Amino acid sequence: MAFNIIVCAKQVPDSDLVRIDPKTGSIIRKGVPGVLNADDANALEEALKIKDKHDDVYITVVTMGPPQAEEVLFEAIAKGADEGILINDIALASSDTFVTSTVLKTAIEKWAADNGEISLVFAGREATDGDTAQVGPQLAERLDIPQVTYASSFEISEDMKTVTISRKLEGYHEEVEVNTPCLVTAIKDLNQPRYPHMHNVFAPMKITSWNIEDLGLDADSVGLAGSPSVVISSFPLKKGKGGMFVEGESGAEQAANLLAALKDKRII
Amino acid sequence: MNFELNKQQEFVVKTIRKFAENEVKPIAAEIDENHRFPHETVEKMGKMGLMGLPVPREYGGAGGDLLSYYLAIEELGKVCATTAVICSAHISLVTWPIFHFGTEQQRRKYIPDMAAGRKLGAFALTEPNAGTDSAKQETKAVLDGDEYVLNGIKTLITNGGPADVFLVFAMTDKSKKNKGISAFIVEREDEGFFIGENQRKMGICASSTVNLTFKNCRIPKDRLVGKEGQGFKIAMQTLDGGRIGIAAQALGIAEGAFEEALTYLKTRKQFGGPLTRMQALTFEMAELKTEIEASRGLIYHAIDLKQRGLPYSEFASMCKLHTAETAMRVTTRCVQFMAGYGFSKDYPVERMMRDAKVTEIYEGTSEVQKLVISSKFI
Amino acid sequence: MTDKTYRDLWVFAEQNDGVLAPASAQLLGEGTRLVKDMDGDNTLCAVVAGNEEDSRQAAADAIAYGAKKVYVIADENLTNYTTDGYTKAVCAAITEYNPDIVLYGATPQGRDLAPRIAARLGLGLTADCTRLDIKADDYIAYAQAETMLDPSTLDLDDVLLKQTKPSFGGKLMATMVCPKTKPQMATVRPGVMDSLQKDPAATGEIVAVNAGITAEDIRVTVKGKTVDAADGVALADAEIIVAGGRGLGDASGFELLQKLADKIGGVVATSGAPIDAGWIDESLMIGQTGTIVRPRIYIACGISGSIQHLAGIENSETIIAINTDKDVPIFEIADYCIVGDLYEVVPELIEHWDEYITK
Repeated sequence: MAFNIIVCAKQVPDSDLVRIDPKTGSIIRKGVPGVLNADDANALEEALKIKDKHDDVYITVVTMGPPQAEEVLFEAIAKGADEGILINDIALASSDTFVTSTVLKTAIEKWAADNGEISLVFAGREATDGDTAQVGPQLAERLDIPQVTYASSFEISEDMKTVTISRKLEGYHEEVEVNTPCLVTAIKDLNQPRYPHMHNVFAPMKITSWNIEDLGLDADSVGLAGSPSVVISSFPLKKGKGGMFVEGESGAEQAANLLAALKDKRII
Repeated sequence: MNFELNKQQEFVVKTIRKFAENEVKPIAAEIDENHRFPHETVEKMGKMGLMGLPVPREYGGAGGDLLSYYLAIEELGKVCATTAVICSAHISLVTWPIFHFGTEQQRRKYIPDMAAGRKLGAFALTEPNAGTDSAKQETKAVLDGDEYVLNGIKTLITNGGPADVFLVFAMTDKSKKNKGISAFIVEREDEGFFIGENQRKMGICASSTVNLTFKNCRIPKDRLVGKEGQGFKIAMQTLDGGRIGIAAQALGIAEGAFEEALTYLKTRKQFGGPLTRMQALTFEMAELKTEIEASRGLIYHAIDLKQRGLPYSEFASMCKLHTAETAMRVTTRCVQFMAGYGFSKDYPVERMMRDAKVTEIYEGTSEVQKLVISSKFI
Repeated sequence: MTDKTYRDLWVFAEQNDGVLAPASAQLLGEGTRLVKDMDGDNTLCAVVAGNEEDSRQAAADAIAYGAKKVYVIADENLTNYTTDGYTKAVCAAITEYNPDIVLYGATPQGRDLAPRIAARLGLGLTADCTRLDIKADDYIAYAQAETMLDPSTLDLDDVLLKQTKPSFGGKLMATMVCPKTKPQMATVRPGVMDSLQKDPAATGEIVAVNAGITAEDIRVTVKGKTVDAADGVALADAEIIVAGGRGLGDASGFELLQKLADKIGGVVATSGAPIDAGWIDESLMIGQTGTIVRPRIYIACGISGSIQHLAGIENSETIIAINTDKDVPIFEIADYCIVGDLYEVVPELIEHWDEYITK
């Protein structure tokens, strides 16, 4: 049986190019290309590294998003993944992380029912647009498999049954061991993502699209209706025009005023 | 008529742009300064299948379309003209003719390694006394038993220093002039084959440009590409495709310089505001932008003809002529817009201006392009 | 929602070898304020998991920092933090005692644990909050003072926990509520909330919770820990950067900047001029031709701000610039501008920095 790996990926607006509309406080997405979320690229790379080394590894990339999110599946397959699944349904808009993990779980289980058991799930630690880092652990819980977050190194045993992972925490690394199947969330330190290979770009790609009906989910159980968390407002902070000149008759006074201002704004 | 890129083409642009920004741009100034061939970049391009992008899949290539290939050259050219020409010369001037004119055995032997970037190609036509007038070729190849014996000197050979596979043109029958030229594959290790020192240049400094010397260089006779006497035809048809590559490179150089200058003009404040407030400057930028887009139109036209198997040498020449001159003009003006900073090595536009010049020269000078174009209507 | 009664505000008291994490102490400080705003009669509680000894110590710490009641799940199987063990432990306490609000520090542990608990119990969860409000008026006052949000468009109540968090790396803020499920849960960014003064004499109630944890529950084995060597941080990744320019006058100026960097946990960098002058190594250059940086705090000392340099720092969260000339371009993009002599200002910053940092 193949060693089946699921990689969860998300398309996010290129965070370097994102600007906020100062009037509406919403993200200006026009002209901002969608990219594969940075940590997810590390998650995919780790799966590809396993495939480089072992025979019979099959990588399926799953993403939930609008139709253009298919681009991240295209990219993942161009890098060497075998298959992509886009979960796309207007009813999924405004889903929180709990619903997102439920939907991903349902899709993964549907895939597994048709193709065989899942051995490993990789996800990025967090997405640059929401910064929640919640979907990975929540998906692990929903799939009832152990999770290892903040993975900065990853090694799988020759029999592919045991995984040794180093977790990068604050000021130290923790070494852990876990049996497959499990879910691992990747951080930047885990690896250096490869570039796509032109050979894959021009080959036929297996990309499937599922809506909530395909997944057997109710519209009421997903999206805003199904989410326990609700966003009530979204807005930018006030930004002073130009800089604030720090007053003070002496260097000492200026330094004190600066530190007070920084503390007041919780910058330090 | 539709200029929209398809999914693959868009993806190639996005991918190569990212590659160029992250891997090529950061070392562009350094390799230029040190006249250092970027072996590491060639290896990376090989790893991602770029060195065999338009090569059919059954020979280890990616099987990509021609436009995707030329778009990749353009993206590389935006940040480093040297890297663009390494790739273009390898694919258009060596891989393509071996594939197109070579025997099945030659294809199987050379193309997979070349498509994977494991072996680099160089095209050797120019001689000290035979540039455009190729009938003056002094390099000779004489059949002796099962071997050809080559004697002569080639000069200004792009990729020559690090290349493994050389497509070499030599006279097999001087009396027949151009029709006495034949094409051969010479391998780096062949005896009697000597690769000279890197020749120093004004631009594309990191690309390797060398003399090649053949002293009783004996090669098996199955290294002949095509038939004896077909060398001139092979060279000319090869250069037609190469010229689109150089046009794509030149387009990239022009766009790269334009972007640099635009960023500068938007941020540089003089007389109380950004320089983009000055209409004299923005109007000229508008003209340059128009020239750039006109060049792109010509290039796409040439690619379309080639892709559909129609005669395209006239459009290949026109797109190279126009884009090379556009690149020269755009880079020169961008240096001027940025004034002291433009002239400074802290910014890339002075390098782009030096690099642009060669696009008016190699793979046929602008004058040669005019010869080709005018020959079609006179 | 069920007809259970949910009350009290809980703080997950993260402990490492029995020592309460600073983020948890901060949450207890914030909880002291919030608990008063909650509807009805509520108590600030902590929930601690660990082995017997560690959990006892941490419970004492939690009380010293303001908890009035501590739920303790003490079990040898909880000696190391594991997702499986701690999730089961905290879930047991929550389902038995039904808190209205549970807060976690947004530390690696909190961000590993809280989502797993939320998924198991089917709850909403807001990640990495930087502000919490219950009273509508507090939220409105915040919105008016510090944000571009017009709060009059919102339908606010005095009951739900309004959880405000940054997204897009701080470019945008979002406020969330969890109206359908209880308890309301959030992780909160460390360093943002203030802890109370530790009061070792404070008293509180200890409630032991039995979660029935077995060794088989724990599927991930902790093999060991390695403390990271304190070697240099790459410029591109640095959180705090102290950079010097021509205004330093000579190479020795960088020694002063290094002292500031050491004090505040930053790294030293340079603009182009000091490199040209041979004062410092080229590898430390920030700008278009050097490294593009995106630190949380960028302190520019004696840098006028060429376009070349500004292009490298424009993504910094907060820029502080010190220069003797008030007309230099760097002041156009800096958030805090000091017109003055860096040799007078920087030593003062070094001396007084510790007095101001949020503990």
